[in-house]
Amino acid sequence: MAGYLTHHAQSLVGSVGRLARAPFATALTVLVIALALALPLALGLFVSNAMSAAGGFTGAVDVSAYFKPGVALGRVQQLAQSARSRAGVAAVEVISSDAGLKEFQQYSGFGTALQALGANPLPHVLHVRPAAAASTPGDLDGLKRYLSAWPEVDLVQIDAQWVLRFNAILDLLRRVLGIGALFLGAGVLGVIGNTIRLEIQGRRPEIEVVRLVGGSTGFIRRPFLYTGMLYGFGGAVLAWGMVETAVLVLRKPMADLAQLYGSSYTLSGPALAQVGVVLAAGLGLGWLGAWLAAARHLRGIEPRA
Amino acid sequence: MILFERVTKRYPNGREALRAATFSIDRGEMVFLTGRSGAGKSTVLKLIAMLERPTRGTVLVNGQNLGAMKSRHLPAYRRTLGVVFQEHRLLDDRPVFDNVALPLVVAGTSVAETGKRVRAALDQVGLLGKERMLPNELSVGEQQRVGIARAVVVKPAVLIANEPTGNLDPDLSVEVMKLFKRFQDVGVTVIIATHDLHVVHEFGQRTIVLDDGQVQGRAETPLPSMTASR
Repeated sequence: MAGYLTHHAQSLVGSVGRLARAPFATALTVLVIALALALPLALGLFVSNAMSAAGGFTGAVDVSAYFKPGVALGRVQQLAQSARSRAGVAAVEVISSDAGLKEFQQYSGFGTALQALGANPLPHVLHVRPAAAASTPGDLDGLKRYLSAWPEVDLVQIDAQWVLRFNAILDLLRRVLGIGALFLGAGVLGVIGNTIRLEIQGRRPEIEVVRLVGGSTGFIRRPFLYTGMLYGFGGAVLAWGMVETAVLVLRKPMADLAQLYGSSYTLSGPALAQVGVVLAAGLGLGWLGAWLAAARHLRGIEPRA
Repeated sequence: MILFERVTKRYPNGREALRAATFSIDRGEMVFLTGRSGAGKSTVLKLIAMLERPTRGTVLVNGQNLGAMKSRHLPAYRRTLGVVFQEHRLLDDRPVFDNVALPLVVAGTSVAETGKRVRAALDQVGLLGKERMLPNELSVGEQQRVGIARAVVVKPAVLIANEPTGNLDPDLSVEVMKLFKRFQDVGVTVIIATHDLHVVHEFGQRTIVLDDGQVQGRAETPLPSMTASR
């Protein structure tokens, strides 16, 4: 058992030594693996950040009821009161036609043009904000039907279509991320497999001697597995570093941009779980790529007498 | 005890390197395999080392039928052998110590035991003190002795050598053969393939002469022992 563990330690140290003796080739291979792992990590980070940002938007979903011309403001206030008593409604705000006109004049830049109109063309509006727990598309549709049933209401509009579309895009991106990760993972397998194949070819005389003195395939394969895992782990660590660096560089300008939209949103780096997945994927792909290459190429190496 | 019984070996190119060869070698015996190039000497060693399997016939080594041996048992079997080549097959990027220690590392021997046995093996071949040197810093004769130390470090039951003196001058050849004789003296079965008749005559051991894949003359080891082992 001690000898077995010693050989594991020797294989690991030997693999580190061999990689260190060829720093340029090692760095190139690790860089290629890092790029392949950084892409899905970065895309995953983009999706999780976008979801987090969209989560804030979801709370801001409004349902607007536009009243028919001539409906009295008092009637609108009564209906607002009954809306407030409905389950799943967080807040109700009445915007009278006069308040609406004032706001429109202030922000639209058409103040002078509106003054030319004889009468206020804007209707009274009710802004109904659903509770966060009642913001599913089904809940919103029920609220819309409730408001539309009032004969005084001309039009009901859910101001959440863009959020739903945004979520659909994020869902699509998540699927693209999954497919991309599969292809890039296959690429990492190929890079590691080819690197190990070349190393096996370069160490053929040594492998022949080890076989001749009774080395099993598992014994011969072990250093190559460590080399593959070191490549994969090194690539994963570098990928993590690349993404963290990108987040650091982008955090300030992103916060500035969010502030312009009145948001306090800040860009988040990879979560511990995401880092863990990338490191495990690097190790796993390194091991698998090396194992496949070793299984394929060690088979043909037998000692010569 | 090694037994070849009507062993034929045909290579994929159709050449028959051995044709119904029958002979036996007793435990602790030292035997020379001689014959012209292509006579089948190397094939005999390859069959013993399980680098090849017989096409027909039976090869028994210490009671194991090599033709029927499963591939997964090969490494353990090879750990009972010591093999010496004409061209040493040393790992040039490793010091002498690591080269000699390789079979022990493969066998999972502890670090302390490995150190002890490597130094003992190097002492036997007269290279103690040169553990840290690289093979290419040694003379050809010393390299051959490192190869022998690597072969005997596992205390093999059977030691096979293929033209071990092929690259050595006559004096060095005798020195190397004396080493093999010393291993035989402690009970190791030694089989040496050589066409160096000077060495063969000098040591006066039993000789198995091969010609065109067939054993020439009668088998000198009594056949009854072959029959008894079956």
